Parts: sequence; structure tokens; C-alpha cells
Amino acid sequence: MEQHIIYLDNNATTPMHEDVIEAVHEAHILYGNASSMHGLGRASAQAIEQSRQAIASLIDCSAKEVVFTSGASEANNTVFSIIREQIDLGSKRNRIITTTIEHPSIIETVKYLKSRGYKIDECPVDSTGRVDLATFKRLLGEDVALVSVMTGNNEIGTIQPIEEITELSHAVGALVHTDATQAIGKIEVSMRKMGVDYLSLSGHKFYGPKGIGVLAVKTKAPFTPLVHGGHQEGGRRAGTYNTASIVGIGVAAKLAKADLQAEHDRLWSLREMLRKGIEERIPNVVVNGNQQHCLPGTLDVSFPHAEGESILLYLDMEGIMVSTGSACASGSLEPSYVLLASGVDIELAHGSIRFSFGRYNTADDVAYVLEKLPPIIKRLREMSTR
Amino acid sequence: MNPRNTWKEGEDFQADGVGDVGSLACGDQMQIMIQVKDDKIADLRWLTYGCASAIASTSMMSEMAIGLTLKEAYNLTPAMITDALGGLPEHKFHCSVLGDKALRAAIDDYLEKQGRDNPFKKHVAKVICECKSVTDVQIEDLVKSGQAKTLDQLQEITEYGTVCGKCKEAVSDLFDEFKHIYNV
Repeated sequence: MEQHIIYLDNNATTPMHEDVIEAVHEAHILYGNASSMHGLGRASAQAIEQSRQAIASLIDCSAKEVVFTSGASEANNTVFSIIREQIDLGSKRNRIITTTIEHPSIIETVKYLKSRGYKIDECPVDSTGRVDLATFKRLLGEDVALVSVMTGNNEIGTIQPIEEITELSHAVGALVHTDATQAIGKIEVSMRKMGVDYLSLSGHKFYGPKGIGVLAVKTKAPFTPLVHGGHQEGGRRAGTYNTASIVGIGVAAKLAKADLQAEHDRLWSLREMLRKGIEERIPNVVVNGNQQHCLPGTLDVSFPHAEGESILLYLDMEGIMVSTGSACASGSLEPSYVLLASGVDIELAHGSIRFSFGRYNTADDVAYVLEKLPPIIKRLREMSTR
Repeated sequence: MNPRNTWKEGEDFQADGVGDVGSLACGDQMQIMIQVKDDKIADLRWLTYGCASAIASTSMMSEMAIGLTLKEAYNLTPAMITDALGGLPEHKFHCSVLGDKALRAAIDDYLEKQGRDNPFKKHVAKVICECKSVTDVQIEDLVKSGQAKTLDQLQEITEYGTVCGKCKEAVSDLFDEFKHIYNV
């Protein structure tokens, strides 16, 4: 039986664009090691440099500031490792500030570093998931080495005031990192305008390949490699060049740049269509996150008296793929820390569903969800202990 | 997914006993209502706020329980229910323990309402660590026999508290209590 698939989990990962698939496929022929001096090596190196240009153009930085990594997790870890080294070498700036709703690749790194005695403050967020600038200001000081705040949140879509955060941080001499993974291809991400010193991104969130990402590093910002062993990436990241994936992320970057405004508007209109439809058809729902400063394709909704994992699996049976903040789906038996940190009630966190739109979704998809979702919620609420 | 024996809005189900367990904060809550005739479960309705595994195991439990004597019903275990389901992933096992717990609570409630003695209660081991299904009887035996001299040894043997960790305090209290009782 052929099943209709509505993929609404684009914040988890995106399918590769057909142009990317084709480019990656063709690039596999470029087997020369990009570090080799001969013709085959130079052909690979040339393809890689074109990609570097495309990334630089997408995030508005210089090509030499682009370091290819295995993904955003590695990029994020690299930044924290750089700062750790600065502190280990005796820098008077020995405190890091981040937030309570960062991606696990930051949250877990912070936990690890704290367990080793490093001083890290996690700035709280307001009920919409936004960093409260007044609180943030109070945390800042001359002893801060790094401030790391994500551009847009993966779960609730809340966009942070990065420009303001950078300005305040630079005023006390702290470096700034932003994990822009979820924002790429959805809103304008300009390293120059945001003013940040480090920026992470990941290919598979914008129709590129998995296992490839970027850490953009301002020329004057401190740097220590996380992976030692070779002179690749100007000595900043060792390991034989992953030519095909680098070519793939470059093509994805070009596509993202070309369609940015149109794609932003389209995603937002689909998201709003779904939000309004849910609010019209289903009583007692709570939309999470910030409705003004929100990534255009992200809609996170809590359905009181219906449990998230159950909703997810019922939707899955109808071919609709979403994600949930429910503990049951996390493996950890804890509900979404992002929602809890935003002050969302624990029951509402268990009953939250994230719909995340992408390039291949249409208004028909929204109509299909609006047809299938209300009876599922009704059914689960009917069998729920009220 | 078509769960059976759920209570439907407006249905007039005269329950002889009702059992409530779990909490919304933990993400699962369960209510079971039973009708009893000649000391057998004549009929049963349930409601749950829970994940798919909780729904599936309670539905299966309800099918298994109807027709059983109170004694048989009281002795239903999560393992019997998950076996009937064809198994559950390990990290989902704890989702299946609420159904039989709520059923026992409903039987307790029935006997109490009838003013009768509860002959089952003391014979049934209570699950303390739901994730690893460690019971109070098991802990008692391990402490009594000297196999678990410390909490660490107890954890090594039973793996209690290694998944969600919510039982740690309860296990530690029981451990101390049994050590005191058996003077080991």
C-alpha cells in the first residue's frame, strides 16, 4: 500500500535537494586528495574552495573564515574547547555565559565542563523562550570569556536578539558564539551584522548532506583545533577533506541564498495556516514559543489531556511525521528541557507537538493535517483521565 | 491502534471499585473501574493519560482481566501483559506497569467498599523500581541473605535506579529498613 507521507520534521533533518544529490554524486568522482599537489588533488581543492565561497556568501563573512567540520556539534564543541584552552592557559577571563535552551551539543558540553570545575552561567529565558536582556546584562562582567547563544531554537523556534547580545558582550570584552543551525535558509544570517566571533551551522538542516557542517571564525578570534593531525583547513581542522559532502553543502548554501526571502514567507504562511487551523478546530490548545520572533517554519503546540508520544504515533499512522517534547519519546523519561526552561507547565510539555515545515511542504499538507489531527486529539482526550 | 474497553463519555458504568495511579507530571496517569460479580471481574473500563505503550498494555490488560477471579486478576504482572503484547522495548517497560497497579488499586477499593478483608495485598510484591521491575520482596531477600551489603551491591545485582532514577530514595529507605529488621 502506498502511503501518503507528510514530512513535518524539518527541524530534525531535511531531505537533500535534488541538485545537492546530483552534485554530491558527481563529486564522488573527484577522488583526488584535496591536499595533493597533482591535477586530481587540485581539482578536488578547487571544488572545495568554491563551496567555501558559497558558504561565505550565505552567512556574509570572508571565505577564509569558513572551517568545514563534521557538523554543528563538532563546531560547537570546538568553540568551547578553544575557550577552555584560554582558561587553562591562565586567562583572567574564566567564565562562560550560555542559556538554558541551547542545543544538547552545548548543554551537555556545559555540564561536562562544569563537572571539571569551569565557571559557566546559564542565562534564563522568558516564557516565550527569549533571553531576557536585563538578566543577561547582570550576568555580564569583565571576567567573561565567551557568550554562546543560539540564533533560533530547534524546538519552539524562538529567535534570540543576537545583535544586542553581541553588542553588550563586546562592550565588556567577551567573545560571542552563535549556533545558527536552525536559522540557516529560513531567516537572514549575517555574521557581519550579528557581529559574532564564531558561528556554527550544519548541512543537513538546509537540504545538504549529513555529516558536514561549518564553524565560521572571525579572523582575529582565538583558535585552537579540536582535531589535531594535519594542515587541512589552514591547520584549524585535521582530517582528509570530505570533498563530496563539502561540495554538497556548497550547493545547498547557494540554493538557500537564492530563495531566502521567498522561502521565509512561504514557510511562515504555511505555519500560520496550520496554527490558525488548529486553533479554530481544536479547543484548548497552547501555542508555545514567541509569536513575533519565531523561525518561520516552526510551530510548537501543546494539547492538554493528550500525551505527546501518543499523538505522534497516531499521526505517524496517518503518514504525518512530527516530533514531541514528551518524556516518553525522549528515552530519558524527562520532558523537553526547552519547554520547562521557558516556564511551560510540565503537563503541557508532555503534550507538546512540534510541526516543522520545509521546502517541500505545501498548503495541501496543512489541509491534510487539519483533517487528521482533530479526531486524534478528540480520541485521546476521550480516553484520558481528566 | 484501537484500544479496547476504554470508558466513553456519557457511558453509564456502575463501578464497584475504582483505582487511580500515576500522575500527570510524570506523563502517565491511569484510572481503572471494575464491576465484580461472584468474585470475578465482570467488566472493566479504563482511562489513561499516557503514551502508546501505556495505552496498548492497558488495553491488553483489560482484555486479559475480564473474566478472571479477583485473585487471578490481582496476580497479573506487567511481564504477563507485555508477553501477551509480543514484548515492548526495554525503555518502554515502565509504561506497562501502571495498568496492573491500577487494577490492584481497583480491587483494593472494591474490597474496602464491601467491608471485606483483603486477602491478596500482603502476598503481592510491590514494584519499587518500575524501570527495572525491582520489588520490595526482592530487596528484602537480597538484604536478608547478605547478598546486598551496600546500596551499590544492591544496584549491581538489580540495576535499580539506573534508568529514570526516581526510585532511588524509596530503595534507600527500604534498604535501611530491612537492614534494621534483619540486623545485618
